[in-house]
This record gives sequence, C-alpha cells and structure tokens, in this order.
Amino acid sequence: MMYKLVARSSELIVKKQKTKKAALVFSLIIFISVSALKASFAQVVSSTELINKAKELDGKTIVYQGEVIGDVMKRGNFAWVNANDGQNAIGIWMDYSLAKEIAYMGSYKFIGDVIEVSGIFNRACPEHGGDLDIHAQTLRKIESGRPVPEKLTRAKRNTTLILIGILGLLWILYQLRRK
Amino acid sequence: MVLKPRLEDIKIIAFYLGKIIIGLSLTMLVPVIFGLAFGEINPSLDFLISFAFTLILGLGLTKICFTEKDLNWMQGMIVVSLSWLVAMILSAIPLYLSGHWKSYLDTCFDTMSGFATTGLTLVQNLDHMSYAHNLWRHLIMFIGGQGIVVVALSLFVRGASGAFKMYVGEARDERIFPNVVSTARFIWLVSIVYLILGTLALGIVGILNGMRWVNAFFHGACIFMAAFDTGGFSPQSQNILYYHSLSYEIVTIVIMILGAINFKLHYHIWMGNRKEVMRNIETVTLFITIMVTFFITAVGLAQAGIYPGALMLLRKGFYQLVSGHTGTGYQTIYANQFPNEWNPLSMVGVICAMALGGAVCSTTGAIKMLRIGIIFKAMKEDIKRIIMPERAIVVQKFHHIKTFFLEDKQARSALIITFCYLVLYGLGSLVGMFYGHPFLESLFESTSAAANVGLSCGLTTPGMPSALKLTYIFQMWAGRLEFMSVFTLIGFFIAVVKGKK
Repeated sequence: MMYKLVARSSELIVKKQKTKKAALVFSLIIFISVSALKASFAQVVSSTELINKAKELDGKTIVYQGEVIGDVMKRGNFAWVNANDGQNAIGIWMDYSLAKEIAYMGSYKFIGDVIEVSGIFNRACPEHGGDLDIHAQTLRKIESGRPVPEKLTRAKRNTTLILIGILGLLWILYQLRRK
Repeated sequence: MVLKPRLEDIKIIAFYLGKIIIGLSLTMLVPVIFGLAFGEINPSLDFLISFAFTLILGLGLTKICFTEKDLNWMQGMIVVSLSWLVAMILSAIPLYLSGHWKSYLDTCFDTMSGFATTGLTLVQNLDHMSYAHNLWRHLIMFIGGQGIVVVALSLFVRGASGAFKMYVGEARDERIFPNVVSTARFIWLVSIVYLILGTLALGIVGILNGMRWVNAFFHGACIFMAAFDTGGFSPQSQNILYYHSLSYEIVTIVIMILGAINFKLHYHIWMGNRKEVMRNIETVTLFITIMVTFFITAVGLAQAGIYPGALMLLRKGFYQLVSGHTGTGYQTIYANQFPNEWNPLSMVGVICAMALGGAVCSTTGAIKMLRIGIIFKAMKEDIKRIIMPERAIVVQKFHHIKTFFLEDKQARSALIITFCYLVLYGLGSLVGMFYGHPFLESLFESTSAAANVGLSCGLTTPGMPSALKLTYIFQMWAGRLEFMSVFTLIGFFIAVVKGKK
C-alpha cells in the first residue's frame, strides 16, 4: 500500500514536471513566433529617418527597404550593397550568401531589385571606420528589377539632324567663300 | 568720367568669346563617343544637339565679329568672366535634356559648380544617370579646374599677347614658362599624366573592392578628375561613402592634395627639385593650417562623442577636413550629419579649412596659402618692428620657388583678396539666414560655395529658393575667378549704361 502511494506521488511529480516543460516549450514557441511576426511587420524606416534620427536608432534592429544601386561589392565572405529608398542611398553590410539573391542593380539601363533588409543600424559603425550603415540579418526581395529598354526620342533625333544640317551648310558656304 | 564702350570693344570681346565657345563645343564630342560606346542612344543625341548648337554659335560669333586685333586688359578680363557664364549656360544643355534636373536654373547651378570645381549639386536620381552625362559632369570639372581659357589657349591661341591677359583674368597670376601658351600646355600635360596614373590606381582599388571592372575604371576616371581638380562630384549619390573603403579614401586624399599644390611646384618636383616641397611657403602653410584646423575639428568631434575610437575619429574627421581644405568637397558622411551629429566646434574647424583653400596656380579656390603665408609674414614683420629698436632695419623674406623680400604691395594685394573672400563668405551667409537657416549652417554652405569646396550640410537641395541658388552661383563664379575679372565685367556694364560717348 505504502509502495503504491509512493509510486503514485512520484508519477504525479513526473507528470507535473512534464507539464511544466511543455508549458515552457509552448511559451517559448509563442515568444519566438510573436517576435518573428513583430519583425516581419516592423515599420520600415526611411533613409532620411536613419540619418536624422541616427542617435535614437543607433544599435537597434530596423527594417529598411530600397532599390539596389551600383555594384554588389564582394568583400571576402561578406558584401556591401547600397540601397536607395528614393531619398538617400544607405550602405548595407551583409553575408555574401544573402547578396547572391540580388539579380539586378540599378543604373541607367536597369532598375535594380527592391530589397527589404532587417538588421542592426549603426550611426557610426565601429567595424567600418565610423560609416553610417546597416548590418543585415535577413534579406527579402520584394520587387524584382528589370532592364530599361531605351527608345529613340524622335524630337531629339530631328533636332540633331536639323542642327547637323545647318553645320554642313555653313561648311559648304565657307568652302565656296574660300574658292 | 566713365566712357561708353565702343562697338569695336564689343566686337573684339565677342570674337574671342566665340573662340572659347568653339573650344567648348569640341569637348562635347568626348561624351558622344562614350555614349555611343556604351550604347546610350538618347544621351549621345543630347550631346550631339549641344555640340552642334554650341559650334554654330561659336562659328557665328567668330565670323560676324572677325578681328585681327589683340585684346587689351579690360577686354581680356571681360572675355574670361563672360566665357564662364556662357560656358555655364551652354554646358547645361545636354544635362538638362537628360531630365535629371528640376529646372534649367538647377542645371546651370550644377554646371557652374562643375566649372568652378565646387561640387555642390542639385541633381536628382543620380544613381540612374547615363555614363555619357556622368562623364560630362566630371569632364567640366576637369576643364574648369585647368581653366576654360587655358583649354582655349592650348587649342587656338598661338603667342598672342592677349593670351596672357585672359590667363591672368582666370585667376592664374603665375607662369611656369615665359610663354602662357606653353604654360597652359604644361598644365594639361601634368593633368593628363596624373589622370592616367590616378585612374589606374582608383580602378585597381575599385576592382579589389569588388566593383565590376567597367565601373571600377569609369568611376576611377570620374573620381580622379573631380579629386585632382578639387571638384567633388561623384558618379553615385552617396559620394565617397558609396565605396565603403579605406583604401579608396587614402588614394583620394593623395589626389586631393596633389590637386591643391601649385602647378609650378609640380614642375619643380618633376624636374627633381624635391627640396622645394619642404621650403615653399605654400606647402609649409598648408601643412600648418591642416594641422591647426584638424586639431579644432578633432577636439569638437571628441566633445560630440560621435566617433568613440581614435581611428574612427581620424578617418572621418581628417577626410572631411582635408577634403574641405583642398577645396574638393568629397564626403564620407551624409550632409545632414554635419548639423545633426557634428558639434559647432568641429564645423568651425571645417569652415576655417574651407575658407583657407590650397595653393595659387592650382585647381583650388578660396583665399589660398600664398596669401595666408604672406599675411602672417607681414604681421611678423610689423611685430618685429615694434619690438626691435627704431633704428633696426627689419626685413622679411619668404620662399616660393625663389626667395623674395616681402614688399608692402604684396601684403596689400594679399589682404585685399582675403578681404573680398571674407565679404563673399559673409554675403552668402546673410542670404542663407534671410531664408531662415541657422547662422552656422548658412556660413558653412556659403563658405563652401564661395571657396569652391562643395561640402554640404544639407542646405543645397533642389527645393531651396531660387534667390539662394543664384547667390551660390554668383559666389562660385566670383570665388573661382578671384574677383578682378568679375569686377571688370560689372564695371563694363555700368559703362554701357552710364558711360559718356
């Protein structure tokens, strides 16, 4: 009888411990998913805000969106990517594996990929000689870039032809005068 | 009594102006070639239109106003000051056609900024600009740095005595050779040799930094032209911050300093007279003023506490300081970081550096080292005179290629130009304050414009009032030409209106 009671109480203790563990794991899962959800829905910070509120945002995790411009500059296992949100371009330091997702960089002939990065914002990055930058942790391509086809502007073509024609006429007149 | 200019004066001025315009039109062919090479059709057409229009105008002026007479001093000065204004308007045509500027005034602001090697810009969406247009922005800095008239002298003028008058009118009072045309050609030789070396150095650094080779060398050429000519334009909107590279910053610092050195000194260094660097009043003054202004800036930055590490402070502080002192205007921080993050003391350090400038007969603007050196020597002489017995003969010497005895007229001339610059800095500050900007920021931007620097603390934007844009254009123009030719032009217009026949 005594043995049964001891066995039951130890069973209860084990059950309680299991329940505690389950509760702990459950709350951990909830916490992680809430944080992830929070990060994914975090308000996007503009480049102007980053520059003007640099002191306030220094060291914080932020979300930034912008069009990749120029070159993806590979530096060892990392890369520098500059992204312009229409106000300013901000330098983003990221693992090269993240940068590999970028297909188009903005230039005269291309509209670059629009990316969303989440990462640590540095007002004066100690790793990069005091640059104002973002160290990206995640990268998401939200809009794919594309080549910009160049169409010949008729008005420009016609103006060129007229002006070159006048120049030619002047040259002929000059030659006739010389003779 | 002021005499009304004769029709003949106007004819001579127009003839020489026409020659300079022809020279300018030919330079527009360089971006046409680049545009075609990169397959940029519309940008190439923009430059063809501008080339043809400018050439027709130049040919028209030289034919209608044909003369064989040489220029006198007044005419030479007017040709120079007018040619800068005409170049600003004509060079803006291809840029305006690109659609990257809000208005023609904004485009003219940028072309004056380019020719005067300032670097302030009102361009929009720079990161999507064509190679041809971007090249032109930097090429006008290269042309303006050597001097628009120097370009024309090298191309068209052969041995005319009027050439010297135009050369002086463009704020170059030193000749490397007895003949100004040979001097102009030497200036080009130095610049082209450095252009090749600088482009190679920056191109290699760019490739090592992970840039595509085409971009690395294109950026290398553009950045070299703007750094050596102490201009400050850059192919990307982030300026030098775009590269995130210490090596790029070091190479550009070297180029900026080379650009701030007198062409005459370059000649002596090339000829093996390296000791001159250590003895020359300009290099000695430059070294001292860089150290003093950097000390002020560094103390300010340490107080502000934005850069906790000494290396970080040195990298950011020294770069903006040297860029300001040499009159380049390259930035590795965002414009708004100056008023937001740097404290007033550090900004004052940079303002002082910008106001002082580099060497005479270099590509920099501002008061310049020779004048600062002479003023200090004159002060030293006066103090000695007070301290020493009345009978003592006090003489002061300075070394600038040769050793000279300091004369009162040199000190007077240095002080007059210094005074003019201080008035010009003040004038722009007043206009800035009139439009509601704080004193320090107004002074910063005004000094940057008048001293042809290009560092910005955020006042220069496409949205700023037109009157402020015009003020900065005037400051860039007058500051680059060092006043005399500008005053002559103003006097000429007064004579046209009020002069007696």
